[in-house]
Amino acid sequence: MLTIRELKTPLIGPIDLALHAGEAVAISGPSGAGKSLFLRAIADLDESTGHIALDDTEREAMPAPEWRRKVAYVPAESGWWADRVQDHFTETANLSSLLQQVGLADARSWEVARLSTGERQRLALVRALQAEPQVLLLDEPTSALDPPSVTLVETLLKQQLAAKRSLLIVSHDPDQPGRLGARRFVMDKGGLMEASCQEPEA
Amino acid sequence: MTGYLALTYWDLVAASVFLLLNAVFSIVLDLGLTRTLIVSALRMSVQLILVGLVLKAIFHAGSLLWTLLAAAVMLAFAAREIWARQDRRLSGLWGPGLGAAAMLVAGTLVTVYALAGLIRPDPVWLPQYALPLFGMVLGNTMTGVSLGLDTLHTALARGRREVEAQLLLGRTRWEATLPFTRQALRAGFTPIINAMAATGVVSLPGMMTGQILSGVDPREAVKYQLMIMFLLGGATGLGVLGATFGSLWRVTDTRHRLRLDRLNGGSR
Repeated sequence: MLTIRELKTPLIGPIDLALHAGEAVAISGPSGAGKSLFLRAIADLDESTGHIALDDTEREAMPAPEWRRKVAYVPAESGWWADRVQDHFTETANLSSLLQQVGLADARSWEVARLSTGERQRLALVRALQAEPQVLLLDEPTSALDPPSVTLVETLLKQQLAAKRSLLIVSHDPDQPGRLGARRFVMDKGGLMEASCQEPEA
Repeated sequence: MTGYLALTYWDLVAASVFLLLNAVFSIVLDLGLTRTLIVSALRMSVQLILVGLVLKAIFHAGSLLWTLLAAAVMLAFAAREIWARQDRRLSGLWGPGLGAAAMLVAGTLVTVYALAGLIRPDPVWLPQYALPLFGMVLGNTMTGVSLGLDTLHTALARGRREVEAQLLLGRTRWEATLPFTRQALRAGFTPIINAMAATGVVSLPGMMTGQILSGVDPREAVKYQLMIMFLLGGATGLGVLGATFGSLWRVTDTRHRLRLDRLNGGSR
């Protein structure tokens, strides 16, 4: 579904990766290895060379906003541009159920300044899922969550996978790829390698 | 032109007595302002005396070429000032170029309109009218443009996460930067709006005061001042709009990315 060939920026690559519908890929690796830069490059937030296509449609063939609605990237640190939570959401039919699934059913009336890091993380995920993207690029989506919330978010992600959406997730949790049934990759010094199955987990 | 009283250079020396008093206070209270105060006062004196001589020569020559040249020099200084007043600037030629271009278009348009359409001196470019008018328009546009650009660049650099969060939701570069655009436009417009609100109640504008001092009927002076204020407001608005959107166009690209790599500086 998502095909990446020789993706290169001044700091990372070249990277090749194919992500099929309903498939999950997990990337781990040391800080500074370029994991976030890789996701930024796919979302076209930074300039990059190479080929990226979604179902045979080249990225450059569609306007960038349309691409980002189909290939949604949720950074590790989310951005909030208004004071109230509800101003960051458009009223879509799926909004209430999504909020409920991450355990934040009443969050719409809250103030952004009073959200915890974990609440922000979950709300940013909901915000990205509203547009029903075909590919999800998630940068440590559960790093600040307590175990019950991690379970909520992972259940939501498994639902997305079942709906034939693809998932590319950066995670430092060694068990998370297993729970999501994800293929494991390791990123180091700007390069991406598939992790061998026999390798013991660090 | 009755009742105009000329000043001698000794009168000017006497007038600076309070400024010197301030310098003394600064030394006594150890404010560290003495040097800056004296230097800027001296700098102003030299600049103004030179300008007086240059203007006298240009008025005497009555040449279109010299008038245009003087206008170009004024524009260059204003552009430099805009550049210097920004904490973060566009890199490359865009840094000084955008402010200069915005002022050139807005200032020239408004000045030519006023000269050809309203004041109608003969010839139209008569330096006695063209240069002071252009200077006032430039000065105000300069303030607006530099405030607008400075606000925009600082806000974008600090608000990168907010802008990119909106871009990631599939919004265009114009939608994603809208809060910051508004902020920048408001900053650029504020001085001229404040000036219009306070004019006549708190302060008598310099040009009107000058005309009154040189013996012009206050009602006539007011008419001139009103015309100038309308022109200044118009030119500042055009300049700020042009510079802000020009800069937005440059710090984003056609793939709707925020290109902070095209900004330099940032010490605050």
